[in-house]
Amino acid sequence: MNSRIENLRKKTREKEVTISHERAELVTAFYKKTSSMDKSIPVQRALCLKHVLENKKIFIDDNELIVGERGPEPKAVPTYPEICLHSMEDLEILDSRPKVPYKVCPETKRIYGEKIIPFWKGKTIREKIFKSMEDLWIDSFNAGIFTEFQEQRSPGHTAGGDLIYQKGFNDLKDDIRQCFKGIDFFKDKDGLEKQEVLTSLDIAADALIIFAIRHAEALESQAKDETDLKRKAELENMARVCKKVPAQKPETFHEALQYYWFLHVGIITELNPWDAYNPGRLDQNLYPFYKKDIENGIITREQAKEFLCCFWIKFHNHPAPPKVGVTAKESNTYVDFCLINLGGVTKDNQDGVNELTYLVLDVIEEMRLLQPSSMIQVSRKNPDRFIRRALKIIATGFGQPSVFNTDAIVQEMILQGKSVEDARMAGASGCVEAGAFGKECYILTGYFNLPKILEITLCNGWDPLTKKQIGLKTGDPKSFETFDDLFDAYKNQLEHFVNIKIKGNNIIDQINAKYMPVPLLSLVTQDCIKNAKDYNQGGARYNTSYIQGVGMGTITDCFSSLKYNVYDKNLVLMESLLAALKEDFKGNDILRHQLDQAPKYGNDNDDADDILKMIFNAFHGLVTGRPNAKGGVYRINLLPTTCHVYFGEITGALPDGRKKGVPVSEGISPVQGADRNGPTAVLKSAAKIDHLKTGGTLLNQKFLPDLFKEEKDVQALVHLIRSYFKMDGHHVQFNVVSEETLKDAQKHPENYRDLIVRVAGYSDYFVDLTTALQDEIMHRTAHNIN
Amino acid sequence: MLENSYVFKIQRYSTHDGPGIRTTLFFRGCPLSCYWCHNPESQTKPLEISMEDMGKFAAVLMEEIEKDLIFYDESGGGVTFSGGEPLCQPQLLFMLLDLCREKEINTCVDTSGYGDIKDLLKAAEKADLILYDIKLIDETMHKKYTGQGVAPVLDNLKQLSKQKGDVRLRFPFIPRVTDTDENIGQIIAFLRDNTIYRNIHILPFHKAGEGKYDRLNIINYMKGIRPPPQERVAKVKEQFESKGFNVTIGG
Repeated sequence: MNSRIENLRKKTREKEVTISHERAELVTAFYKKTSSMDKSIPVQRALCLKHVLENKKIFIDDNELIVGERGPEPKAVPTYPEICLHSMEDLEILDSRPKVPYKVCPETKRIYGEKIIPFWKGKTIREKIFKSMEDLWIDSFNAGIFTEFQEQRSPGHTAGGDLIYQKGFNDLKDDIRQCFKGIDFFKDKDGLEKQEVLTSLDIAADALIIFAIRHAEALESQAKDETDLKRKAELENMARVCKKVPAQKPETFHEALQYYWFLHVGIITELNPWDAYNPGRLDQNLYPFYKKDIENGIITREQAKEFLCCFWIKFHNHPAPPKVGVTAKESNTYVDFCLINLGGVTKDNQDGVNELTYLVLDVIEEMRLLQPSSMIQVSRKNPDRFIRRALKIIATGFGQPSVFNTDAIVQEMILQGKSVEDARMAGASGCVEAGAFGKECYILTGYFNLPKILEITLCNGWDPLTKKQIGLKTGDPKSFETFDDLFDAYKNQLEHFVNIKIKGNNIIDQINAKYMPVPLLSLVTQDCIKNAKDYNQGGARYNTSYIQGVGMGTITDCFSSLKYNVYDKNLVLMESLLAALKEDFKGNDILRHQLDQAPKYGNDNDDADDILKMIFNAFHGLVTGRPNAKGGVYRINLLPTTCHVYFGEITGALPDGRKKGVPVSEGISPVQGADRNGPTAVLKSAAKIDHLKTGGTLLNQKFLPDLFKEEKDVQALVHLIRSYFKMDGHHVQFNVVSEETLKDAQKHPENYRDLIVRVAGYSDYFVDLTTALQDEIMHRTAHNIN
Repeated sequence: MLENSYVFKIQRYSTHDGPGIRTTLFFRGCPLSCYWCHNPESQTKPLEISMEDMGKFAAVLMEEIEKDLIFYDESGGGVTFSGGEPLCQPQLLFMLLDLCREKEINTCVDTSGYGDIKDLLKAAEKADLILYDIKLIDETMHKKYTGQGVAPVLDNLKQLSKQKGDVRLRFPFIPRVTDTDENIGQIIAFLRDNTIYRNIHILPFHKAGEGKYDRLNIINYMKGIRPPPQERVAKVKEQFESKGFNVTIGG
């Protein structure tokens, strides 16, 4: 790492995260001036973006090579009052909370109190959503049956495709003009609406071009005063690039990166879409530029790396917009889930790993920054050395890159009806969500608490937390004669809540379509121009809405315990079980121990895993294919982010012996500590889910650094990954844990029952080892770090 | 299922007992009682069972073995019969080796070499690879540290060397016991004079079994002994290499 990168990296890491009122103030001023009557909403939104980009402060950091900040300076996070309005109390909390704070200066608080809150109160999308929801939705939401993604952030969750590397904004403006001409006002009843959308896209294109030109001007003026000749030349070149992109298509590596970055900043300034924005298949998109520049002697490998490092710092300068209310608990992090994809296959189905792939992996290892996140796409066509290179980074205990199955993603996309080329150029964004990059609006609608619905089924529709009848009266569980009766009741409750969720989301989709179009995001998402339709109205080529099931492991173990203990073996009376659950197993350790004897998911045990399949099929069957409000359909994903903790908090004691308040299982990982047969058994169990019918599943595996020590161990991990992917597994992530974790594991073994460690020639569960051996392993770990 | 039975433990995702990803079956019963044994619980004898029950037991074990087929195929792995001493239960071992061959599953037998020569040769015929321990050459030392004389181990190895089939020699590096210049010199001389083997795997001593001694109330002679430092292992590696051996560290 050279001194330029070292300094920039140090700065971005040390800089405090603050809330900036700049955007909120500009947006408020815009809406105060504009009469909402004289312009259509799409045009208003585009003009609003233009107003912000014309007037916001331009920031250029010392020695940086890629320019553009969302706030007035790095890590100054704007707010989006038109979506979700922070109260004075919210600002106080953000300012003072000990973990993940956002500092708020007195000036920002004053402006919020005087201008922002008075203007927006009652007018936000968040308020519109809550006002439009039926009582049952509100009750279910409050009971923690599901969360709602769009209540604080706008629909987004998309990644850029290859469009911008082929076309400049001026080219896109030409496309808009062509489509404009094509509107047939004699026949098309939506003609006017299309005209307004196309106009808004055109204005958004101008807005970002202006933003780039403003940077060019600032850079030129800096260059004039710059005494260091080397930097002076850099600044002049950067100014040239900013005059060119995004107006014209990029021709060099530098231009391509700067183009993407302007677009990124524009999209996250326009609104606060979920998971920010994402350059997607970075190595595939940039490789032609890299190759050409290297061949023509325009750039060296080292210079390309330096540009990439500067690019990485830009992501790190942009923490996630701060949340309010219940989602603050769900997901309390600065990470905005931008996920860089590497490897996979090319459009014509060849091995996509190239020189640049390895260069980006070097950057990931050296930068070691929380943002952007990174992943490798592994196709059977990719070489083993690519996986080994990534494993060496994973081994450092950094949790990145995560590992995805390209061949599964391609099949998932094709099963969803996408073209084979779009499927090959797809990837995963956010946590694990598969999508056709640049061509699909695939929004997550919310997490769905599968275990809690069992709790409600066992209470005949009653929610013990909110003390309300929110579910159906599916019958007193004591009256169920067979396991199937019980499962049918659960399915009915599941359907009831899925219906509430979908109905709510169809309304929310319409609210966003009507009030919150996103002209800039639409401009670069195919085929919004062609369809003359906004991204939020279903303008994209593909439109998918996901519901994310949480607690697969927990719900499987619960039903397995009920089947084994209550119905098959007659060891526990339903009556005693219900009484014990009500009392959170107080004084009922023996019963709890008995419940624990049932087969558990994660051990390659068909008795448990068959139940997993039943639950998956029920959930999949109730959701997949239901129409959404954008002309697409609903599908399922199985991932929790950190929501399994929140869902655990609001769920009572469960029949697998889990006590009230304990986190439910995460992703498709087994219940913490339930898997006792090693990693191959976990992967076998997890592969019994039909991954291809989902849009993504998340599997976490904890390993000690020693599992990555010898070449032989690393190669075994390559085989482990390849085997899981042969079974169509979607994603796996390796958690390589530190000495600190191990020390804590020694003190609190109950929290670490699934921690796998390399002993000597074999692996074992850490908590099963003697203190002496644990000490020895910890010694080894410390040795590794030194 | 595994209580007091012929196999006391099944370890999936074993990566150091032969090639690839393997499932290791640990047999109960061993004629030796090495100071450094990692599985002292294997030293107790299992209950006798009928051939019919053994057949049923083998079928159950095969079910477990076959669970990781996809991992074996991907990695070039398979199953390893270890222990204890698998040659102590030759009938079960042969039964499993035959079943694995039928199912095209790669097999390794991890043996101390202390057993009936006929059983050893038969196992070598049926298995894809024999992992053979060579610990100490000196009779007194061998008797002291393993509880038995060395002659059968060396004689069996000579015989094995004459038969076709893959053998991987493994040298347990036990500090201050097997790592003396004298012992290593004797091992080299023995192998050069009596066998065709010029490959050896060094297995550095580890403390994996330590806790079991306390639990089982057995005296642990290796208590407090630390694993050998890397430099020491490297030196021994050179010693073997200087005499024309191909050396690998680890199983």
